[in-house]
Amino acid sequence: MKFTGKAHTMGAHIDTDAIIPARFLVTTDTAELGKNCMEGLEPGWIAKVRPGDIFVADENFGCGSSREHAPLAILGAGVKVVVAHSFARIFYRNGFNMGLTLVEIGDAVKDIKDGDQLEVDTTAGVIRNLTTGKEIVCQPVPPSMQEILDAGGLVPFVKKRIGAGA
Amino acid sequence: MGRTLAEKILQRHTDETITGAGQIARCKVSLVLANDITAPLAIKSFRAMGATKVFDRDRVALVMDHFTPNKDIDSAEQVRGVREFAAEMGVTRYFEGGDCGVEHALLPELGLVGPGDVVVGADSHTCTYGGLGAFATGMGSTDIAAAMAMGETWFKVPPTIRVDIEGTMPLWLSAKDLVLKTIGETGVSGALYKALEFGGPVVDAMDAESRMTIANMAIEAGGKVGLFPVDTVALDFAKAHGHAGCAPLAADADAVYERRIRIDVTTMSPQVACPHLPDNVKPVEEVKDVVIHQSVIGSCTNGRISDLRAAAEVLRGRKAAKGVRLIVLPATPRIWRQAMDEGLFTVFLDAGAVIGPPTCGPCLGGHMGILAKGERSIATTNRNFKGRMGSLESEVYLSSPAVAAASAVAGRIIHPQDL
Repeated sequence: MKFTGKAHTMGAHIDTDAIIPARFLVTTDTAELGKNCMEGLEPGWIAKVRPGDIFVADENFGCGSSREHAPLAILGAGVKVVVAHSFARIFYRNGFNMGLTLVEIGDAVKDIKDGDQLEVDTTAGVIRNLTTGKEIVCQPVPPSMQEILDAGGLVPFVKKRIGAGA
Repeated sequence: MGRTLAEKILQRHTDETITGAGQIARCKVSLVLANDITAPLAIKSFRAMGATKVFDRDRVALVMDHFTPNKDIDSAEQVRGVREFAAEMGVTRYFEGGDCGVEHALLPELGLVGPGDVVVGADSHTCTYGGLGAFATGMGSTDIAAAMAMGETWFKVPPTIRVDIEGTMPLWLSAKDLVLKTIGETGVSGALYKALEFGGPVVDAMDAESRMTIANMAIEAGGKVGLFPVDTVALDFAKAHGHAGCAPLAADADAVYERRIRIDVTTMSPQVACPHLPDNVKPVEEVKDVVIHQSVIGSCTNGRISDLRAAAEVLRGRKAAKGVRLIVLPATPRIWRQAMDEGLFTVFLDAGAVIGPPTCGPCLGGHMGILAKGERSIATTNRNFKGRMGSLESEVYLSSPAVAAASAVAGRIIHPQDL
């Protein structure tokens, strides 16, 4: 799968309270959550993000609570892929379950600057920085995870597998 | 080859042979948990999956504790949806109102989780039950929906970091200080995808409530679980709370660990985690005189009776400083009653405290103690992320109940011995 979009960089240990503060957890609506995405990082930050853009974070992205509203808020903001040094464990599982593609690239994250145009190829395991011309090699998304993503997340995946009536 | 506690517990819940870290194993779960924030999403996913019944109506716990008592119309609507789902599914472990407490204090108290269990919860602090020797971990709502439907889930067997705690506990040092110190050592991502396993003479002598305080914050080091052995302490607790059928369980002496950390407590001071990450840990002396506006004593980390006693010991005959809001939130109705019966409420009220209902409330900036711009709280809670308790321009310092109580009296962060 290939994603092309503008990079929005952020620091290390971006927690789920930064991604979607608890006061917004009174809905399960993806679009509504998307409006308040990153409101705990900086009020209004999400206004600069356009559908198809790419989040680029340093280590431990998504640490903190188990709230699935976090990947939903990111998807609700139109972002389909997050590239990070590393992800917090619960967020990593949640991301794939919700159909949000997550790519771990370690220290190479430092080669991406805010505003760079990226092409993320999860099948080949390569990120092309179209602004600088640099290529970052990364692990392809594992096939078992890709299956979940291809189905559109864990819900349709399980539904397809078990049919109606679990 | 020896096995870690994590491997041993998982082995009891799967037919596959657990061979070591990295293996993906499908395990039966003992209990599945969600709360008023995460259950609505789990239910949405559950229905979307086409599931029509829960795997076991006695082993799904739905605890309405975060925004309880419902803080606004939206949160009330969310709880209404969960209540209706619980009724429709015949879920017997639905908790709301006067039955309800902070989930990770409530479920051990009711004997619904215990030694050797595998518990998954749509709440990151589900790892608390590791204090009783349960492999318990947080997941997202959709993973929880699948577990509610099927009674099983998959785990990647984690590598283990062993933490040995040694020495003699000084006066005023508590379990919270030990876990803050541990997180200070590992960093907030040091145990990412890993198990933390606690042992050593200090742990052997530690009561079950203290162990749960430590296990609770394993997630703050990035950990999947925080595990304690199933010894007489754990077994006695389980028995006293009606959790039957448990057997002793310990890591093998030759278990393979990725890393070992040794902590000597003998000369350790109480620890404080400074803004805005739980690993920004300093001895209390280094942050003394930081002015506070609020002190919160409660939460799934430190809202149990032993925590309230520790706070009361400091507060007895003293008053919170002018300008400090002291908020005490006993974590469950049983703890609330016990604190009342022991006369702790008189101490708290005399100190000028507000005694609130069992709720997660201010810990996550939900309600009942939200901070304004420029305000600073010391809290016995578990996270001090930017904006966690309110305004993005507020600050949270994490500490033990004794330090939070002493700081309320002084109006600034202080070692209890210096009051």
